[in-house]
Amino acid sequence: MADTKKRIDEPTGTETVGHEWDGIEELNTPLPRWWLWTFYATIIWALVYTVFYPAWPGIAGYTKGLLGWSSEEELAEEMAEEAERRAPILEAIAATPIERLPEDSELLRFAQVGGESLFKNYCVQCHGTGAAGGKGYPNLNDDEWLWGGDMKAIQYTLEHGIRNPDHDETRFSMMPAFGRDGLLSEEEIADVTAHVRVISGQADPSEAAVRGAEIFGQQCAVCHGPEGAGDREQGAPNLTDAIWLYGGDTETIRQTVRNSRYGVMPRFGARLNPVEIKMLTAYVHSRGGGEDFVEVAENPETEVDERP
Amino acid sequence: MSTFTEKHKKLERNVTLLAAAALVTVVIGGIVEIAPLFYLEETVEEVEGVRPYTPLELAGRNIYIREGCYNCHSQMVRPFRDEVDRYGHYSLSAESMYDHPFQWGSKRTGPDLARVGGRYSDEWHVQHLIDPRSVVPESIMPSYSFLAERRLDMEDPGAHLTALRRVGVPYTDEQIEQAAEHLALQADPDGFAPDLQEFYPKSQVRDFDGDPRRLTEMDALVAYLQMLGTLVDFEAAAPMEELSE
Repeated sequence: MADTKKRIDEPTGTETVGHEWDGIEELNTPLPRWWLWTFYATIIWALVYTVFYPAWPGIAGYTKGLLGWSSEEELAEEMAEEAERRAPILEAIAATPIERLPEDSELLRFAQVGGESLFKNYCVQCHGTGAAGGKGYPNLNDDEWLWGGDMKAIQYTLEHGIRNPDHDETRFSMMPAFGRDGLLSEEEIADVTAHVRVISGQADPSEAAVRGAEIFGQQCAVCHGPEGAGDREQGAPNLTDAIWLYGGDTETIRQTVRNSRYGVMPRFGARLNPVEIKMLTAYVHSRGGGEDFVEVAENPETEVDERP
Repeated sequence: MSTFTEKHKKLERNVTLLAAAALVTVVIGGIVEIAPLFYLEETVEEVEGVRPYTPLELAGRNIYIREGCYNCHSQMVRPFRDEVDRYGHYSLSAESMYDHPFQWGSKRTGPDLARVGGRYSDEWHVQHLIDPRSVVPESIMPSYSFLAERRLDMEDPGAHLTALRRVGVPYTDEQIEQAAEHLALQADPDGFAPDLQEFYPKSQVRDFDGDPRRLTEMDALVAYLQMLGTLVDFEAAAPMEELSE
């Protein structure tokens, strides 16, 4: 191998690199001009970039660049701009008590649309994309409400959650685990289940149901009411209709009586601001079962004293 | 030009010289790009509330890593409006300063989890881990139902804490000594939370997997998920701009 045999290759007119193995030589084709200049341009671009944008580390800090750009400031500006754009209507919503929101149709519509996008982000994981719920997660499209379905009640539920750990104002009640804690025997559970099947119109009266009715009166009526119609003050479901949170078949009801249920909803007061809560309220209220707010009918502030 | 390429030829044809030159190049790159992160104070901003993981959270984190959750879930809310609107305040470097290794991730097949704590109920997490499609029909996440069956086996929790202390996590001697008790306490439905909060502020004490009789891997993973992003109180802390400076 020798480097001395550089010559011009005749067919191409290009210089060879000057070495050959067994008669094979290599052309020293120069890089295309455009490529080379682009390459130099990127180097210059990189240097210019470091002058304008944050780049070089020093001893006590880094160069901030002539433009003083930072992604966090850019975000803050963008958020501020957006907040300003929305400010008039958001302030109007903030200033309107939730139960008066329906009086202003434009405000209500805005709140519902805003609420819908919040719902898609925060609520669909449990309540489903169409708010139809699932086992253990209530359907929000019907007019059955565990804790109340007027604007104020919904707002309170959203803000404070249900059975939220470590939060005093959360909605709270606790059904005893009648089987697990030995309050009722298996036979008694079967009887009371039979009774619930009867009052919900799923089964014909039976001897077991008659025995169950007596147990129901002693153990269950305190929360679910003597007729089993439920009590919103305590989030006790109505047992006389066809709507079931966990299921209305014999086996599921037995399980519920045996082990109780303890559905938890996070409190969104910790995550969303009051206006967002109001918008979400308006959306949930609009899903089909929203009830009118009646001043005396309900006091959502009321708390149950059944704390563990 | 030709003299430069001639000199470069020397480098290319001498392996030792090439290795030495490559080393010099990498060292320069390292000094400029890596070294400043260790001495510049603004690399990790001062934020109140970030604390080392409790033993149970740490066990959950180990499961998170073992199951490769980071392959589909990031833990890094970037400072963009769409992300901040969806997930909450963007992640601060201080929030992962006790992570070894950090779980920022680079791919989101599933959603970001940096602020998932408190967003869903424990029951939801358990149900979702057992059968993701039962709550999110369009999910493609695999089932992790076996977590509810497997007893949590952390062998020696104190040893985990010690290992982390060696890489700079400020666990105290007391925390290391009582690691096993703290592990049991956090998942105890009748546990007294202030006993743990004394050592780990804002820690949550309860039965996480809905089965109070056993301490399972599900308990640990849910405990970990429920604390993610909950340590820094952005409402009470200084506004965003000040935090980032």
